[in-house]
Amino acid sequence: MSGLRMSRRRSPLAAGWGVYLTVIVVTVVSAFPLYYTIVMASHTNAEMASDSPPLLPTTSIFDNLKKALEIAPLNHGLWNSLIVSGTVTLGTIAFCTLAGFAFAKLHFRGRNLLLGLCIGTMMVPMQMGVIPLYMMMARLGLTGHLSAVILPTLVTAFGVFFMRQYIMQAVPDELLDAAYVDGASTLQTFLHIVVPATRPAMAVLGMLTFLTTWNDFFWPILALNSQNPTVQVAFQSLATGYAPQQSIIMAGTLYGTVPVLIAFAFLGKHIVGGIMQGAVKG
Amino acid sequence: MAVSIDRVAPTPSDGRRKFRLPGRRTGYAYVAPFFIVFFAFSLYPWIDTAWVSLHDVRLTTYDQQTWIGLENYQNLMTNKFFWNAFKNTITIGVISTVPQLCMALGIAHLLNYRIRGRTFFRVALLMPYATSLAAATVIFVELFDKNTGIINWGLQSLFHLPPIDWQGSKWPSQVAVSSIVIWRWTGYNALIYLAGMQSIDYSLYEAASIDGASRWRQFLHVTLPGLRPVILFTIVVSTIGATQLFGEPLLYDPTGQPNGGSSNQYQTLGLLMYQQGWTYDRLGLASATAWTMFVIIVIAVLINLGFARRRAARS
Repeated sequence: MSGLRMSRRRSPLAAGWGVYLTVIVVTVVSAFPLYYTIVMASHTNAEMASDSPPLLPTTSIFDNLKKALEIAPLNHGLWNSLIVSGTVTLGTIAFCTLAGFAFAKLHFRGRNLLLGLCIGTMMVPMQMGVIPLYMMMARLGLTGHLSAVILPTLVTAFGVFFMRQYIMQAVPDELLDAAYVDGASTLQTFLHIVVPATRPAMAVLGMLTFLTTWNDFFWPILALNSQNPTVQVAFQSLATGYAPQQSIIMAGTLYGTVPVLIAFAFLGKHIVGGIMQGAVKG
Repeated sequence: MAVSIDRVAPTPSDGRRKFRLPGRRTGYAYVAPFFIVFFAFSLYPWIDTAWVSLHDVRLTTYDQQTWIGLENYQNLMTNKFFWNAFKNTITIGVISTVPQLCMALGIAHLLNYRIRGRTFFRVALLMPYATSLAAATVIFVELFDKNTGIINWGLQSLFHLPPIDWQGSKWPSQVAVSSIVIWRWTGYNALIYLAGMQSIDYSLYEAASIDGASRWRQFLHVTLPGLRPVILFTIVVSTIGATQLFGEPLLYDPTGQPNGGSSNQYQTLGLLMYQQGWTYDRLGLASATAWTMFVIIVIAVLINLGFARRRAARS
């Protein structure tokens, strides 16, 4: 979003070949585990243990994938992850934009107190509350159901803070005043002025939320089981199940990871922008 | 929208006060959805954890809680598994955080040059972050496998080292678990540092180079001080993350049990809490561990802030 503004401030020092070489080496090292997963997924344990381990994948990866899908409920997990992450993303965007707007532009008693509460708890880890949360879900009979994962992650304090910062900058007070003078209600102002002006921030928050929720492990592993898993929970039954060969585990892991990596390849630059923007503001 | 701004213009201050009035009551309606969910599923459980930690609670009979005061905490303080997990959490935290943030700083410095394909490099370096910790751990288990892993093969062919037992031996296993964290988070922190570097006023560098400061001195005396708040932010976030480390050591153990290795050599506090609560059905004790972890986080963050303040005061 702010790529242009940042590039103007960039250091004019052009990179020499040493910089390029180092950056390329770092990138290769960092990408290697993902590439090597493809190799591992297509070779037996015996082949991997040989004196010169293979460096290229083969087509036996597809056979291994078929076996992995028989062992672990990966398709079920992918589908569940899509439902969970999609719902949480929509909920976070909606609720956090509403609250962010109120904190940025509406005046009400206790506003600063509530905002302080929101920001002050941003750093409290999830682990702090999992035991009562688990008991609550058990009492409601929700353990094992996707709603047990969706409900607690439906809003984030970070989301409210992120949207508030953006709305304060992107929506001038004069515009809202003008709408009020024209007789618009707060809801109309919100829907017709704030929401359109805030779309880029909503998109970034949505992508970050989707990725975080998709990759979440701690709470789903407590709240769900292998009968109704997210893809992350399905990985566990893959790794600790009865796979006779590491190639099968790797093929399954790859299968569950590739969708989000492909999406990331297309949307990655927006996520990069979102993280860098959040860093400057935070 | 065709809203004319000039209609308000004659009486800006008046208009502002008058037409903001609708916000007064509706404000609560806009924050309500967030706070209802937030209270029910975050704030209330956090507080209730403290209450549960003062009781003997079983999963099977969680409605019959027996008040036992501070017994759970006393139990922890005299429990060798707690102290083992405490030490492991600190050592794994240091092994994973210190190299990670140093490398991230170096990478950010490189990315801050005018470089072709900068978007490509940024996205590529963030790929590990996009990979879930579950997938990353399952992959690293195989990379570190004693017999079939590529890492032992590389060490053997390059340095003629005997195969290292990355599972059973204490320090190798902690290094392996830390390397998963390092792999996933270095690129992310590099981007945060890069954003910080780009917000440093470039005229400071020009002034420094006119004064004859070398590149290295510019890095030390312009870049690092300019990054101080960002560095502090990443240290605090990494400290919090390291204290609650859970998924990596859980999945790194091939048995799938929360033991953290056959002799608990990489069992962290997060893993211990899970074991107390869900393997041994001692929810009160697990809650006491959760609160102790929170206190540790607060102390660790305060120590970091204290260091930062002292450094700031010195310069």
